[in-house]
Amino acid sequence: MTQTFIWTVAILTVLGLLLALILFWVARKFKVEEDPRIDEVEKVMPGANCGGCGFAGCRAFADAAVKAPNLDNQYCPVGGDEVMQKVASILGFTVAAKAPQVAVVRCNGTCEARPRTNEYDGAESCRVKAALYSGDTGCAFGCLGCGDCVAACQFGALSMDPATGLPVVDEDKCTACGACAKACPKHIIELRLKGPRGMREFVSCMNKDKGPAAKKACANACIGCGLCAKTCTHDAITVTDNVAYIDFNKCKLCRECEAVCPTGAIHGVNFPKELDKEAVKKRIADRKAKAAEAAKAAEEKKEVANG
Amino acid sequence: MDKKYIVSPNPHIHANVSTTSIMRDVIIALCPAILVSVLAYGWAELLVLAVSVLSCVLLEWAVTRWMMKRPSTVGDLSAVVTGLLLAMNLPSAIPLWIVFIGAFVAICVAKLPFGGIGQNVFNPAITGRVFLLVSFPAQMTNWNPTPGFVALPDAISGATPLSALKEALKSGSTIPQFMEANGYDLASFLWDAGASAGEISAGALLLGFVYLLIRRVVKPWIPVAVLGTMAIISAIFSGINPEVYTGVQFNLLTGGAMLGALFMATDYVTSPMSTLGGVIYGIGIGVIAMMIRYFGSYPEGMSFAILLMNCTVPLLNMWFHQKKYGRA
Amino acid sequence: MGKLTFSMGGVHPHDSKFSRACAIEELPLPQTVYVSMAQHLGAPAKPLVAPGDKVVVGQVIAEPGGFISAFVHSPVSGTVKAVAPRKDLAGNPVMHVEIAVEGDEWDPAIDRSQDLVTAIPDDKAAILDKIKAAGVVGLGGATFPTHVKLSPPPGKVAECLILNGAECEPFLTSDFRIMVERPKEIVVGAAIMQKVLGGCPCVIGIEENKPEAIASMSAAVAELGYPGIQVQVLKKRYPQGGEKQLIDAVMHRQVKSGGLPIDVGAVVQNVATSLAVYEAVQKNKPLITNVLTITGDQIPVSQQHNYLFRIGIPLSYIVEHAGGIPDSAAKLISGGPMMGKAISNLDATTVKGSSSVLYLSEAATRRQPETNCIRCGKCADACPMGLEPFLLNRLYKVGDLDALEQNAAQDCIECGCCLYSCPAHIPLLDQIRQAKGQVMGVIRARAAAAKAAAEAAKAAAEAK
Repeated sequence: MTQTFIWTVAILTVLGLLLALILFWVARKFKVEEDPRIDEVEKVMPGANCGGCGFAGCRAFADAAVKAPNLDNQYCPVGGDEVMQKVASILGFTVAAKAPQVAVVRCNGTCEARPRTNEYDGAESCRVKAALYSGDTGCAFGCLGCGDCVAACQFGALSMDPATGLPVVDEDKCTACGACAKACPKHIIELRLKGPRGMREFVSCMNKDKGPAAKKACANACIGCGLCAKTCTHDAITVTDNVAYIDFNKCKLCRECEAVCPTGAIHGVNFPKELDKEAVKKRIADRKAKAAEAAKAAEEKKEVANG
Repeated sequence: MDKKYIVSPNPHIHANVSTTSIMRDVIIALCPAILVSVLAYGWAELLVLAVSVLSCVLLEWAVTRWMMKRPSTVGDLSAVVTGLLLAMNLPSAIPLWIVFIGAFVAICVAKLPFGGIGQNVFNPAITGRVFLLVSFPAQMTNWNPTPGFVALPDAISGATPLSALKEALKSGSTIPQFMEANGYDLASFLWDAGASAGEISAGALLLGFVYLLIRRVVKPWIPVAVLGTMAIISAIFSGINPEVYTGVQFNLLTGGAMLGALFMATDYVTSPMSTLGGVIYGIGIGVIAMMIRYFGSYPEGMSFAILLMNCTVPLLNMWFHQKKYGRA
Repeated sequence: MGKLTFSMGGVHPHDSKFSRACAIEELPLPQTVYVSMAQHLGAPAKPLVAPGDKVVVGQVIAEPGGFISAFVHSPVSGTVKAVAPRKDLAGNPVMHVEIAVEGDEWDPAIDRSQDLVTAIPDDKAAILDKIKAAGVVGLGGATFPTHVKLSPPPGKVAECLILNGAECEPFLTSDFRIMVERPKEIVVGAAIMQKVLGGCPCVIGIEENKPEAIASMSAAVAELGYPGIQVQVLKKRYPQGGEKQLIDAVMHRQVKSGGLPIDVGAVVQNVATSLAVYEAVQKNKPLITNVLTITGDQIPVSQQHNYLFRIGIPLSYIVEHAGGIPDSAAKLISGGPMMGKAISNLDATTVKGSSSVLYLSEAATRRQPETNCIRCGKCADACPMGLEPFLLNRLYKVGDLDALEQNAAQDCIECGCCLYSCPAHIPLLDQIRQAKGQVMGVIRARAAAAKAAAEAAKAAAEAK
C-alpha cells in the first residue's frame, strides 16, 4: 500500500518536472521577438477591441503604432486624447488634440410622422430588410428600425425607443467608435463633433426625394427647401439632392436654421435654453431689413456718386 | 394601398412543421410501447409516467419563466418527450420521489443550463437515468414487476435478463444453461423482454419507429448503425464462445438496446447532423455498449454508450459534412 | 427513360396549380404604360427616346447599356410622356419610359399572323442578331440576355440544350398554359436554338404533375419531326427548375462552384424563352408580351387568370382588371411562393420576367416566431446544393467569412428550401443571402486584386 503511494508520487513528480522542462525549452525555442513597446502601448489602450480605430483590435493598433513613423493616421476614438497622449509619450511622438465626437442619428421619422405602408415580416435585421426593399414606410432613406446599430454597439450606448421606433444614443456611453455607422445600411448614423458642452446642430433627415414626395412619406422630413442655407450667415449649410447638410466645422450654433426649418428636420441638442423660434425669426428679419436698408443706402450712394 | 400588406424575403410559404409537431410525432411514436408497459405493469407504471412527465414539464416551465426570465418553452412538448423517455427507462416499482429527482437532473442539469432545447450536449432523459443509476442502484435495479392489467405470459421477477445473466455467469453457469433455465425464445423477446417500461416490447418500439420514419421525422441510419454494430459484435463473440458471450437476438432485444437505438440515439440535438457522422456515432454507441455488456461491471451499457458518444457530436459535426453539389 | 430528378435535397410543397384550367386571355391596354430600363440581368438599358416622341408597337426605345444587357421595345403605340425614375417592385428608383397609349399601331415588319413558320433560317449569326435585336431574355426568372447564353465562349461546346418546362414553383401556371396552347411554337423555338448551338440534342423537361403539357409537347415534337428533340418527364420536386438542378436531373452532371452550365456542356432555356425566340426569329416580333398568372390560395377560380400582357403595364392595372385585390390576401407576390418577390408597391410596372401576381392569405404566409435550433438537420436535407444552412447561419452571426467561404455560402441558389422546412422557423435564407453577398464580395475583391497583380507583373515584364 505504502509502496503504491510512493510510486504514484514519484511518477507524477518526475512527469511534472519532465513536462516543465519541455515547456521551458519550447518557450525558449519558439519565442517570437517582439518590440516590447507593443505591450506597453497595448496596456494603455482601452482594451475594448472594438475596431473603431480601423484595426482588428487594440493589439493590432499598438503593433501598427509602434511601426508607424508618426501617429497622424491613427486615432483611438474610444480612449480619446487621453489615451493618445499616453501612446505618444511611450513612442516619443507628439499628437495634436482632437475634438471628441459622438454618434448622431440623422432620421426623425417617428412612428406618427412616418406612417407605415406595409408590414415587414422577415428576419429582424436592417441589413436583410435593406437588401429586400426600400422599407415599410414611404421613405426609402430613413431608419428601418430593426436595431442593427444597437447590436453593433459594444458599449451599450444605443437603444431603440419603442415610442418613436428610432435608435437613441446615450452620449455618456458613446465612444464614437463608429461601429453603428458601419452597421447601418442606410448610412443614417454619422460621427459628428460633440460640440462645446455637447451643443450641436444637425439635419435629422436623409431623404433625397423631392419636397412633396418627402413630405408625403414623412411629416418630419427635410424637403430641401433651402431656407436654412439662405438663412445661415456662416456658410455652413449646403443642400444637395433635396436634403440639407450642416458642416459641423463651420456651424457657430446660432440656431437660426433650426428656427426657420418648416418641418422641424433640423435638431439642436444640449442647448441650455429652449429655442424661442419667434425671437430668432424676428432677429433674422431685423437683420435682413437692416441689410436691405444698407444695400439701398449703398445703391443710393452709388447713384449719387455716379450722378 | 390602404391595407398594410406583408412584405418579407422569400420563401413565402412554409412546410407547416414545427418543433411542437415533431415532438408530437415522437410522443405518438412512443405510445405503443407505453401502452404495452402500462398493460404489463399497471397503475404503478402509469404513476411513474405521470410523475416523470409532470415533473419535467413543471420544472421546465418554472425555470424558464422564473429563473431565466424568458418565454416558456413548455409548449414545444420537448419536456413531455424527456419525461416519457425517462419514465420508460425506470423500473415500475421505483419510489416516486426518485422519479422526481431524475426529472430534475434531466431538465435542470442536462437541459436548461446549456440554454434549453437545442443547446444541450447530453440527452436529458439519459443523463437523468444515469444519475439515478449511480445514485440509487438498489431502487434502480429493483425489477419486481408491479401488478399489471393483463397477466404477462412469462414474467420474470427480480432482475432484467442482462443482470440476471451477469449473476448467473458469476455463479459459474453458462449461457445455454441460463437460457434454458429462464426459457427465453424469440417470441418472448419480442413481446416480453421483462424489464423497465421501455424494454418490454421491442415490437411496439419498432412500430413507433416505423411511424417516425413514415412521417420523415428521423432517418434510419443511426439506429441501423447502432443495432448493426451490436449484432455484428455479438455474432462474432458468441460465434467464438457461445458459452460466455450472449447472442445477437439477446443483445438486440434486451437492456434498452431498442429504446436507446430507436429513440435516444436519434435525438436531434445530441446526434450528428450528417449521415456519415450519424453512422460513425451509431457504430460508436454499438461498440461501447457491447464492450460494457461483455467486459464491464454494469449489466447493460446503452445509456453510458449514448452519453459518451454525445460528447463526440461536436467533433463529428466539424469533421463530417453533407456532400455538396458540384464539389468533390 | 423513367422519370428523372436531381440528386440531393429538395422539398415537396403542395403544387396548388389552381389556375391550370384558365386559358390565356389577352389583357386590354391601359392608358399609360411604364417601361422599365432594368428588365434584365446586367447593365440597365439606355433610353433612346425623349418626351414627346411618337412610338409604335415594337419600336426600339432603349439600347443595351453593356455587354450583358438587352434592347427594350415599346409595347404600345403612343406618345412618350416622360423618361424618369420611378419606383420598382421593391420601392427603389429605376429609370422608366412612360408612354401614353394611342391606338394600337404595330411596326409593319412584325408578322402578326397566327401561321406557324417551321423553316429555320440557315445563318446562325443572323439568328443570334435577331434574338439580340428583339431583346429576348431568359424568362425563367433570372432574365439573363438569351443571345449571350446562346453564344458559348470559345472552346466550350454545347452538348445538350435543356428546355425548362418544369415550372416547379407552386401556383404558377403560365409556362403550363403556353405548353398546352402553343406547343408547336415552343418546339420551333427549340429547334432554332439547337441550330444556333451547333445541332446539339434538345431535352424538354416537364414535371409529372402536368400531363396535359407532356401530351401536347410530345405531340408537337412528333408532328414537327425536328431531329434530336425529346420530351423528358421529371418527378415533381422543388427546385427542379433551378438551372443547376435541371442539369443534374437531365444530364447527371454537376456544375462546379462558380462555374457556368456551359462548362458541363449544358444550355438551359425556359419554354417561355423558346416561345420568345420563335417570335423573334420567325415573326420579327420583339419581346413585348409575356404570360402572367393571377392566382392565390384563398381566391375563387373565377378570379384566377392567365393573361397575355404587354410588358410595361402597371401591376395595379392588372390587379384591377382581374377584379381587385381579394380580401383574403395578406401578401402580394410577384413570382412563385418560393422565390418570388413580395410586392410593396403596386404602382410598379410589369417587366419581361413577370410571371405572376400571387395573393397569399395570412394563414399561408405569416412567419411563425423564431425558436431555438433543435439541430434536426432538415435544412441540410432540403438544401439542393448540399449546403448546411444551420451552420452558415451560425457562421454569419459570428461574421466568420473564411469559414463561410469554406462551407460554400456562395453556392446558395436562394431557393428557400431551408427556411421552408425549418421547424424552428429560423430565417435561415434571409441571413444566408447576406452571407453569400459578403462572401461573393470577398471573392470578387480577391479576383480583382489577382488580376491587377497579374497585369502589374505583365507590365513590369514588358517594361524590361
